[in-house]
Amino acid sequence: MVTKVSDANKSLLKVNNLSVSFDTAEGSFNAVKEVNFDLKKGETLAIIGESGSGKSVTASVIMGILTCPPGRIKSGEILLDDLDILKLSDTDRRKLMGSKVAIIFQDTLSHLNPVFSVGSQIAECFEVHKNLSKKESWKRAVKLLERVRIPNSSKRAKDFPHQFSGGQRQRVMIAMALALEPDIIIADEPTTALDVTIQAKILELLGELRDERNMGLILITHDLAIAAEISDKVIVLNEGKIVEKGITKDVFINPNHGYTRQLMDSIPGKITKQKKKMSKKFSDPILEIKNISKSYDTIACDDVSFNLFPNEVLGIVGESGSGKTTISNLILRLASPSNGEILYHGKNILNFNKKDLFNYRRKVQVVFQDPYASLNPTMNIFDIISEPLVIHADFLNKKLHQSKVSDLLISVGLHPDDAIKFPHQFSGGQRQRIAIARALALNPEIIICDEAVSALDVSIQAQIIKLLLNLRNKFSLSYIFIAHDLPVVKDLADRVIVMKSGKIIEQGVTDDVFNFPKEKYTKDLLKASPSIENLIS
Amino acid sequence: MRQYLSKRIFSSILAITGLFVVVFFLARLTGDPGHLYLPIDAPLEVRKEFSEKHGFNDPIYIQFGKFLGDLTDGNLGYSLRKERPAIDIVLEAIPVTLSLAAVAMSIALVGAIFIGSLAAYRPNGIFDRISRVVSLTAASAPDFWVAITAILIFSVSLGWLPTSGIGGVPYWIMPIGILVIRPLGLLVQVVRGSMITALSSDFVKTARAKGVKEKAVIFKHALRNGLLPVITVAGDQAAAIANGAVIVETIFGWPGIGKLMIDSIMQRDFAVVQASILITAIVILSINIIIDIAYAVLDPRIRHK
Repeated sequence: MVTKVSDANKSLLKVNNLSVSFDTAEGSFNAVKEVNFDLKKGETLAIIGESGSGKSVTASVIMGILTCPPGRIKSGEILLDDLDILKLSDTDRRKLMGSKVAIIFQDTLSHLNPVFSVGSQIAECFEVHKNLSKKESWKRAVKLLERVRIPNSSKRAKDFPHQFSGGQRQRVMIAMALALEPDIIIADEPTTALDVTIQAKILELLGELRDERNMGLILITHDLAIAAEISDKVIVLNEGKIVEKGITKDVFINPNHGYTRQLMDSIPGKITKQKKKMSKKFSDPILEIKNISKSYDTIACDDVSFNLFPNEVLGIVGESGSGKTTISNLILRLASPSNGEILYHGKNILNFNKKDLFNYRRKVQVVFQDPYASLNPTMNIFDIISEPLVIHADFLNKKLHQSKVSDLLISVGLHPDDAIKFPHQFSGGQRQRIAIARALALNPEIIICDEAVSALDVSIQAQIIKLLLNLRNKFSLSYIFIAHDLPVVKDLADRVIVMKSGKIIEQGVTDDVFNFPKEKYTKDLLKASPSIENLIS
Repeated sequence: MRQYLSKRIFSSILAITGLFVVVFFLARLTGDPGHLYLPIDAPLEVRKEFSEKHGFNDPIYIQFGKFLGDLTDGNLGYSLRKERPAIDIVLEAIPVTLSLAAVAMSIALVGAIFIGSLAAYRPNGIFDRISRVVSLTAASAPDFWVAITAILIFSVSLGWLPTSGIGGVPYWIMPIGILVIRPLGLLVQVVRGSMITALSSDFVKTARAKGVKEKAVIFKHALRNGLLPVITVAGDQAAAIANGAVIVETIFGWPGIGKLMIDSIMQRDFAVVQASILITAIVILSINIIIDIAYAVLDPRIRHK
């Protein structure tokens, strides 16, 4: 791929000195600061950055979909075939969108119109730009769906977005972007919401289409491993500024800027194994899961058995629909299994009466994935963290709630003064710390982390993982750590369970499972998970 | 969806039955019709005979039994006042009200979609500000006052429009105009709100990135999504008008169901009250079912549930 740079020296796209600001109630804030880059035919440029780094804003400006106001393009030019598109009239500019440059987004469910069939949404490109008849446009749409390998495409074109899986919807998005054979495709976090094996297939498809049509590809991502796998060159954005740019391999092997190094260090899967002081002494399990099954419309969980020992981190990995969250719900008794037993210190929680269950709930807490949705926006932090104490009134004298909340905030790395603030005043990582503090309030034995770091930026993710490990030692906790992201589990878990379609495929000590997987499915998962080691070695 | 609809229809029938029982007994709480239909000095025998003839002497549960028996034969009773089958009187009145309601709601809906969408396109723009003030005023205008003022201006002073009665187009203008004002004001605000949400949705970005023209972005991509909450409110308003545009019908002398109901209650014409409530209830429940169907037509996610 790198060799292609020489045979096409003409730039498809040149972004010069682009600066964008947002006017907010607190004044103007610069989201993109003097950004420069260019893109040639057949080349893949990765724009790397964490949330708020300005990478999606840059894409919006190129596509002319930045909302102004509050957005404002302060300076710069965007040259598409040497034509500054920022100077064009809206009508002239519209003619280039979709036909010269097209975009695919992350959240395909919200980015496809829910009330129109996917076929008609793709066909619309031809109707708008080429004035083709409805029938001809439809025919081409079906052909495109076939090209992105949607099975049974002529029938599926009539279906609506919600009838497709996440991976298929991303293929639909790609088909739509391809429709008018643009020179450039911008992929804004195209695989972030997808399972690893699906992610691998989508990235493969994008690479294949780029080579087939000699397009330029801009890949916007927070995931360094993905950038490492498919890009030729890379720019690293931090707070709207390019802090590092260069050939991908050079940047990853020899990062110059401190921020890039920090990002590289945050990549999960590298924490040294000294943390794993696996207590070899045999103790009784806290939790014994025995042959539990649960079915909703489909079988969510099928004859699953495992144990959780004191002070242990048990990872559960699997793709969406593998039954991970069902297990969490069963352990929390938010749902009851159709079969099997769950023993807590030898007693079956399914036979618990109201009082037993109340006491059990005190000992088993949960931290959810989305810290934006899991904290009540109308409650302040003190109320959020002390709510478990209020519910379990016999746990602690009311006079001591204040000092308990302060202690908890300190243990999760926040300040006691934060107690009077509200959730919206915190970043995603800070919110997750608050959720952890709430889970700790009643001195639990077990915390279930259901994708607790999946929504966070890598550097924040690394911080939260460190926090979880420290808290485990400090409060002798056991974790059940549910995740789809394998490297994160590798960092954190002592033992790991691999699940697929409600069944346990493989379980064992983390290092064994990761280094010497026995089952084919585990091997496939590990292979699909992108990594920068391939590039560097 | 089909299963859902049949459930809805079944529960509607239950609701109508319940309503019917309540109306039967409530109507009889208003007093003895004899007091209204017979001369004040009518002798006792005449009163007795009147009650006997119409069955008002029987215990109330027997009256109810008779009423149910008649109902199964499709007989809703005779009007005391007009001495005709009650159902015939109601069926004459209902088309008048329905045509008023249909015309008024169509105008309100189309107008609101247009004004509300344009207001939502640039929130806080000049058009939005004007439409907000005007729609709020319209939504809170007292219709009896507007109606009387309109008669004063357009009929009495200017002499352009007839004061009341039914007939050609000139007779429709004022009643329709009055009926449109409130739903229009309300709907403009609902459309504006839901279109602001729809226009800031991600799929609108996708459409723009495809190079779709702004007109199609608003009226195709956003509107189809923004219409759902609008339909609910519009249905509510339509039901309210169908329930008897009492004030407008009374002021403009339109022989619709609202006027009929008021007159019959005043005159203790039980059979007509019952028949008009039955028919109105059927109309309103049908409107609700139509709204459900409209939802399914507009949103495939509901259709596939």
